Amino acid sequence: MTRRGIALALAILVAAACTRGEGSETITVLAAASLTEVFAALATEFEASHPGTTVELGFGASSDLATQIEEGAPADVFASADEETMQRVVDADGADDPVVFARNQLAIAVERGNPLGIESLADVADPGVIVVLCAEQVPCGKLADQALVNADVSLTPASRAASVKAALATVELGEADAAIVYATDVESSDDVEGVEIPDDVNVVSLLPVATLRETNDRTGARAFVDFVTSPAGQRVLERFGFLAP
Amino acid sequence: MLAATVFFVLPLAALVVRTPWSDLGAQLTTAEVREALGLSLACSLAATGLSIVLGVPLAWVLARTEFPGRAVARALVLLPMVLPPVVGGVALLLAFGRRGLVGQYLDAWFGVRLPFTTWAVVLAETFVAMPFLVITVEGALRSLDRRYEEAAATLGARRWTVMRRVTLPLIGPSLVAGAALAWARALGEFGATITFAQNSPGRTQTTPLAVYVLLQTNRSAAVALSLVLLAVAVLVLAVVGSRTLTRHGAVLGAAGGGQGG
Repeated sequence: MTRRGIALALAILVAAACTRGEGSETITVLAAASLTEVFAALATEFEASHPGTTVELGFGASSDLATQIEEGAPADVFASADEETMQRVVDADGADDPVVFARNQLAIAVERGNPLGIESLADVADPGVIVVLCAEQVPCGKLADQALVNADVSLTPASRAASVKAALATVELGEADAAIVYATDVESSDDVEGVEIPDDVNVVSLLPVATLRETNDRTGARAFVDFVTSPAGQRVLERFGFLAP
Repeated sequence: MLAATVFFVLPLAALVVRTPWSDLGAQLTTAEVREALGLSLACSLAATGLSIVLGVPLAWVLARTEFPGRAVARALVLLPMVLPPVVGGVALLLAFGRRGLVGQYLDAWFGVRLPFTTWAVVLAETFVAMPFLVITVEGALRSLDRRYEEAAATLGARRWTVMRRVTLPLIGPSLVAGAALAWARALGEFGATITFAQNSPGRTQTTPLAVYVLLQTNRSAAVALSLVLLAVAVLVLAVVGSRTLTRHGAVLGAAGGGQGG
């Protein structure tokens, strides 16, 4: 390739990378791992009703995302799996006015068919059961520890996964017999079955969403947050198994 | 050239500058940190040992024997060097997991389950580290002057004696360099470990996993641990690049000869 040809190709590549469509905007949303499926659906609906807008989603453990935001990650909206992690970001002057948009509860994910016949948290503590929890600093890990205390059950997990989806994956892959995850994760997965945790022992978490201080697009961010809390957004959340705020 | 140097030096300098020096001792002696460091040390040494035991014969076969498909075999052995670590972890899971190709029989016949165990860490680390040892030793064997071995043979030494008294001492520096590289690679392994062995404090949470987890809750501890790993990396490079080893053409000559062959 001639030098001019290379230069031209590079120029086109750079131009393509830097140019977005005329009048289009991108909203970057960082959301907890448990929100993977529902926020993908919310983003699609939001984009449909706001032509020209693209919603970019980034998922991970809430504590992981909070660290990224504290380090200055460029994003517009943050949705956390618990209020404590959101408070961390608020305290670091990273977010404003969080609003609770849904609630979630824990459930035990087990292999399809429940071959070990697990019916409760006490069953999960059996030494023969390989159980995985989320890491202590991840919201679902904190909640799982709390639920075990509520049920007066002590167990030694085989692993403490980095995010709730990682915990779920160990059961989906057949490596673990059970994992304490959110009820919504059990619903979203075709490869696992859920065992309910009784209400008197279960822990309910409140999920807040907020626009970030670092956002370059306050109106766009605001619009997305408003959509999540709107009746239309709430219907989507309900469809995926989230409880009303 | 200056830009390239700055590009490499800057992140490392940032790590040193941002280390909580006053707090370092306290951060490095908490139970969680000591557990991670101890586990890392034990697993990486085991992985290096396993790499030597399996890797030296393998290097010998690749360097000294002719057989159809040798090039393919060589490529496969070196594959973990270029494979993304997490992909290596997924592959190990699919092979040795509870429902894995081999793992399902290990479980059914022997009740052996590898994920979530310390042995899984050793296996993952060996998988990624052994190629470094193999390529270094293979290169050394190739570039060895065969006349020493032939002279020993004509003087009446048997094959094992030639190996023990002539060959191994001659490739000694390369073996040390290869082992050092393998050890450093094993120590730093993250992706395959967290995917295959998972994250269990005291059992599979090696230092890199601990850094990842601590970054979210205790930044100081994470930075302190990172500094330890950086110091180890510097140490390994000092050993590998030392005059003694390079004089014997341990790494550069050997690796170059190996790749050229």
